[in-house]
Amino acid sequence: MANKKMTIIASKGSLDMAYPPLILATTAAAMDVDVTIFFTFYGLEIIKKGNADSLKVSPLGNPAMPMPVPIPTLVSTLPGMEVMATAMMKSMFNKHGVASIQTLLDMAKESGVKLIACQMTMDVMGYKQSDIIEGVEFAGAAAWLDAASDAGINLFI
Amino acid sequence: MLADVKFDQFLDAKGMSCPLPILKTKKTVETMARDQVLKVETTDPGSKNDMASWAKRTGNEIMKVEEASGTFTFYIKKTS
Repeated sequence: MANKKMTIIASKGSLDMAYPPLILATTAAAMDVDVTIFFTFYGLEIIKKGNADSLKVSPLGNPAMPMPVPIPTLVSTLPGMEVMATAMMKSMFNKHGVASIQTLLDMAKESGVKLIACQMTMDVMGYKQSDIIEGVEFAGAAAWLDAASDAGINLFI
Repeated sequence: MLADVKFDQFLDAKGMSCPLPILKTKKTVETMARDQVLKVETTDPGSKNDMASWAKRTGNEIMKVEEASGTFTFYIKKTS
């Protein structure tokens, strides 16, 4: 029986939003699903060389983010708040035995998840192919549509 | 009392969160021969349902699940 297929468009580059595509991709691969992730716009940050563990999260514009003490929105604009929020979230993840983004990315590659970088957004943002980690293919919308047409699960994250 | 299930491999996934117990289980099962048994211990409360879904989808058999003081123990027979 042919494996099931899944595609994910990863369009966000913050620490919190890098997790869902990689968690689902690695788990799907472990469940014998063929996975393609198409990285576009800010999602490219996840696959820039040396960047996977440097992604950040901001409390600004995110009223749902749990903070040790309630913080007024205006305070969230102060320098250092993003660094603090990022450090806090990383320590929460670490405490609960959650893999880092780099670890999940490595596991995705190892388990044969196909990684595609959107060439158009790379050009727009001024990224070179050499800025992207090894093992990534470069393509556009048609490549994703080709994979998605045969897949039972297609997610935009 | 039932005798303990005999197992060929042991995986300690205690303290790990989703999706690591599943990823490590898959990785370990891949190194095993058909009909061998893997014992996995987890502490992630979600792993009880996750492991069942994983086994169903990959065609492996969960022979037995034990739950004691926050630790889940799975005996998985490689049937895939």
